[in-house]
Order: sequence, then structure tokens, then C-alpha cells
Amino acid sequence: MEAASLSEVDAQASLDIDRTDRRVELLLGALASTILLLIVGMIVFVFLKALPSFTHNGLAWFGWGGSVDEQLMNIFNSPADPSDYVYHLRAFPLLYATALITGVSVVISIVFSALSGIFIVEFAPNRLRRTIEPVVKLLAAVPSVIYGLIGILVVVPWVADHLISEGRKESVAYVIQLDGTSILVGIFILTIMICPIMIAIIVDALRAVPEKWVEGAAALGVNRWRAMRTVSLRAIRPAIVAALVLATARALGEAIMLSMVAGSVGFSPNPLDGFTFLLEPARPLASTIVDNAEGLSVAPFGQTMYAFAAILLISSFFLSFAGWAARKSFSRYTLGAR
Amino acid sequence: MSVDVRTAAPGPRPGPKRDSRPPSRGHGSPAPIRHETGWSIGDRIGLVAAWCCGISLCVVAAAIVLFMAAKGLQFLHLDMLTSSPQASLDQSQTGGFLDPLEGTLLLTIIGIVIAVPVGVAIAVWLTEYGRPSGLARLVESGVEIVAGTPSIVLAIFGLLVFQQSFMGFLSFTAEGGAVFGRSFIVAGIMMALIALPLVIGSTREALNTIPRHVREASYALGKDKASTIRRVLLPSARSGIATGATLGMGRICGDTAIVVILLGASMQTTPESGPFGLLRGTGSTLTSYVYNNSPAGEGNAPEKAYAAAFVLLIIVILLNFVVGLIGKRNKPQWN
Repeated sequence: MEAASLSEVDAQASLDIDRTDRRVELLLGALASTILLLIVGMIVFVFLKALPSFTHNGLAWFGWGGSVDEQLMNIFNSPADPSDYVYHLRAFPLLYATALITGVSVVISIVFSALSGIFIVEFAPNRLRRTIEPVVKLLAAVPSVIYGLIGILVVVPWVADHLISEGRKESVAYVIQLDGTSILVGIFILTIMICPIMIAIIVDALRAVPEKWVEGAAALGVNRWRAMRTVSLRAIRPAIVAALVLATARALGEAIMLSMVAGSVGFSPNPLDGFTFLLEPARPLASTIVDNAEGLSVAPFGQTMYAFAAILLISSFFLSFAGWAARKSFSRYTLGAR
Repeated sequence: MSVDVRTAAPGPRPGPKRDSRPPSRGHGSPAPIRHETGWSIGDRIGLVAAWCCGISLCVVAAAIVLFMAAKGLQFLHLDMLTSSPQASLDQSQTGGFLDPLEGTLLLTIIGIVIAVPVGVAIAVWLTEYGRPSGLARLVESGVEIVAGTPSIVLAIFGLLVFQQSFMGFLSFTAEGGAVFGRSFIVAGIMMALIALPLVIGSTREALNTIPRHVREASYALGKDKASTIRRVLLPSARSGIATGATLGMGRICGDTAIVVILLGASMQTTPESGPFGLLRGTGSTLTSYVYNNSPAGEGNAPEKAYAAAFVLLIIVILLNFVVGLIGKRNKPQWN
């Protein structure tokens, strides 16, 4: 009799345990799923808000024509009556600036970071290696506003004094004023900003390449550089893709620093201008939103800003997806398979 | 992994002949492998390029830190840390950055207090439960997407959400019912989102290093999963959680876009009336102070900007140092 009741108690206890366990699982799972809810909410909210800007312009939204700053000004000064809202916008200069600055600095960074990664892992003297690694971590953590401050107070004046002559100023004076804030400075500082992120990932991945692989290459008679390039660098391709994705995301979203050093003018730098091209200002999407933060409460203007945000959101989505697809296609025969 | 035979022996034949230019090894580092093979022109260029990149990396890093230190020490006065910013045309009257410093502190605390429990919970669910696996994979990529979303997009999304009238209790409601949607708590919630992926990442990493037999031992003692997590796994993952939290704090300290959009434009901390007035009030942080006092902002006082940026840099360096310290501390050893 006594034994039976004891085992009953046991059964009851284990049932209770099961039930709490189940409850904890559900609770945690629900919490984790809110992340998905958040993302869906972000897409829905931002796109709904942005819709008027897209529908009024159609595909021409992405095209060019007229000055984008003037158009933004007109939108900002729309009449108060909702039926008279102005939405006319040709956003090409902003899209172009975003793609140009992001693309160029990511391309420079990936080359630089791969070489630096190889240097740190394979060639750096031990003492140097011990200092360089924390330094890379630190550089990756420096806030963008500090980079922006150095850019605007040091690099921009230097460019204005040394690279922009009177003749150069006059050559483009009919479209744009050169004052040192330029895509050159933007790309330069952005490269410095995103390199540490890439280097940190690449170094970690290079470390994880089994020594045997490199030794095997060496046994076949290749030198250290070639072993790094042909074996290690190939083995870490998924990590390189991850680094690219992360750095591109950072570059795309960089608003403050670029609004400080890249000129904040809605202008499309013209590659036909030769070197002057690099000295012309531009303003990417993210900076446009930050610069106009105070206008968000003006309905049509705010909607236009949300349209920019929607483009950024979509780009970062595609970026995540492309990174995932690339890693998947590599993962069959490389290291760091997911 | 097979090595492409074509690339294996490009230069002179490998042989006992010593290379005229062996790559230099550091002093004291024993060379495990000596590759006594030919270095073609391309290889040499690559080697030189790698050296140049490494060296220039050091130079740039040293330049940034030394420059900021020099400017910071030149312009930073102790009274700047204890006086509030004032609006004035005269630079000597514009005060210091006590309020931004407090703002940075407050915002970091709010952000991390939200991010750590949520991040740890998500990480635990992902590593310990993860059922159904499709949902787990979706959440995983969701976290990745949040990590990749520009903070400016998060900021104006936050503005959109917190300007809804039912969110009015989190910020200031104007006459006529328009919700301002900007306050410390609102900015802190969005800041938590940028810290979240870092917390989740390092917590998961820590949980994954705990071997299976530890969990099994706990089950064998009659513990259920939930108490195993609470009593065994989380304590063991403490240093990972701490690393994630510190990294997250660094991110929050350094973010400007969310502050500019979601914390209002005032430089002074201005609490709202009522309970939790400070959390519902507006203010500034060091990042927005630097931005505002740079030539790109309204204040245009480079000296103040340098001083504040120096303080910000010190905070970031300290946080970085803490991360290193946590990493070095004895972690639980499993065998």
C-alpha cells in the first residue's frame, strides 16, 4: 500500500517535471520567435509607410533627372493638404552614391584584409603578432563617429589643401563645389572602418585551417606564400564570404561617418572627370536619412525617408541571403562548413 | 584536400638549394617548416604586399589612437566631465559633457539589461531545444538579419512603432495626442536590438563548448532540462555571456544613428514629469555630442568634440580590455 502511493508520488513528480520542462521550452521558443515577428513587422511597417513614395513615382523612383536635393526640398515644403502632397523624386544619385562608396571600399578592403590576415597568421614576427591582434579588435570597436571626426577635421582639410587646386575647382564649378568632403575621403575612411571586421574573421578562419593541409602543401614543394594562397585561402572561402557580408552590411548602413566626410550633397560623381571624380561629394541613402532626421514628421517627406530605409532593408536582406547561398555552395568541400 | 599540381612547383625545382631570399621569421619563433623552394616574381610580390598591408595596418591603428590621445589630452579638462552643455555662441560658455556622459551610461544600461536576458533565452532555446528544427533555423537566420540591418533603419523603424498612440506611455505625448516617440527607454529598446546578436552569438558559442556528458550527468542526478540549464549550463556559460554583454555594450556606446533619431535633439538630459520621468525623457550621448560639435553638426566646436571623442574612445578601449580579461580568465575545463 505504502509502496504504491510512493510510486504514485514519483509519477506525479516526474509529470510535474515534464510539464515545467515543456513550459520552459514553449516560453523560450515563443521568445525566440518574436525575432521573426520583429523582422516581419519591420518589413510590413517600413514598406507600408514607404508605399506612397514608390507608387507616385513608379519605377522612375530609381531613375535620374533633376537635382535630388531640390526634389527633397519640394517634398519637405509640400502643402499641408494631403491631396497636394509632392512626391516627385528621382533617387538615382543617392543609390549610385551608396553603391559606389560601398562597392569600392569593400573591394579594396577584401584584398587588403586577405593580405593582412595572411601576414598576421603566417609572416608576422611573434612580437608584432601579439600587438597587432588586439589592435585589430580595438579598431573594429572604435565608434564610427570618431572615424568621422578624424575624417572631417584631419583628412578633409588635407585633401582640400593638397589635392584640390584652383584649376580643378573651376573645371567642375558649373555643377559642384569642391571643398574636400568627397567620395575619396568617404571611401578611405570607410575602408579603414570595415577592414578590421574582415581581418578579425579571416584571421580566425586561417587559424582553424588544419596544419596538416599546409604541411601537405609544403611537402609537395610549395613555398609558404603559395601554401597560404592556394590551400589556406581557398579553404576559408566561407569565412571570406561571411566577412564580405558583414563588412558590406556595415558599409551600407554607415550613416554618420559618411554624412560627415562625404559631402552630404545629392550629387552623382561623374567618372568621366578623371581624378576629379574622386574629389566630388555624394550622399548615400543612410546619410540622407540621418541628415533629414528632423523632417521625419512632415508626412510626405517622412514617407520618402522610409522609402530609403526600405531600400536599405531589402539590400541587407539580399546580402544575408547571398551570403547564406554562397556559404552553402562552398561548404561541401571547404573548411567551416555550416 | 588536394593541392593543384600545376601550382605546386612553379619556380625553380624544389631541391636542396637554399633560397636566396627566405621569408623572414620572427626572432624566437621556431620555424616548424622551412620551405626551401623557389619564389617566383608573383610570390615575391604577394609576400611584399602582405607585409605592406600588415605594416600599414599597424601604422593606421597607431596613428588613430595616438592622434586621438594627443588631441584628447590637449582639450580635455576635468570640469568638462562635471558640467552640463549650454547653448552659447561663446565657446568658453558652452559647458562640458556631463549630460552626454550620463546619457551614454544610462542608454548602455537600459540596452544591456534588455538584451542580456532576451539574448541568453534565445541562445538557450537555439542550442538546448531547437525544436521544430525548421523554426530554429529560421530564428537563426532572423538573428543574422537583425545583425545585418543598418542601425539607421532600426532607428526609424523604432520611431514608427513608438509613435503609435498606444506606445505613448514610453515617451512624451503632445497636446492633441501626437506621440513624440523619442526617449531614453525607446532608444534603449532599439539599442538592445543591436546588442542582441552579439549576446546570442557568444552565449551559443559558450553553450556549444559544454560537452554532452555534463548534461547527461545532470539528468542522471534527476534534474530536468530546465533546472539543468539554470543550475549547470548557464553558470558554465557565464564568461561567454559576459563577453557578449561587453561586446554589446561597446556597440551601444558607439552607435550614433539611433541616438540622433530616437533620443531627441536636446543636448541636456530633460526628464519628463511623472514616474520614470528620466526614462521617458530625452537627452544626448557622447556620440551625438561629438556629432553635434563636429563641423558637420550645429555646435561646431571641434575642441569639445575631440575631448568627448577621447572619453568615448577610452570607454570603448576599457570595454575591449574587459573582453580580453574575461577571455583570459579561467574557463571551466571539460574533459
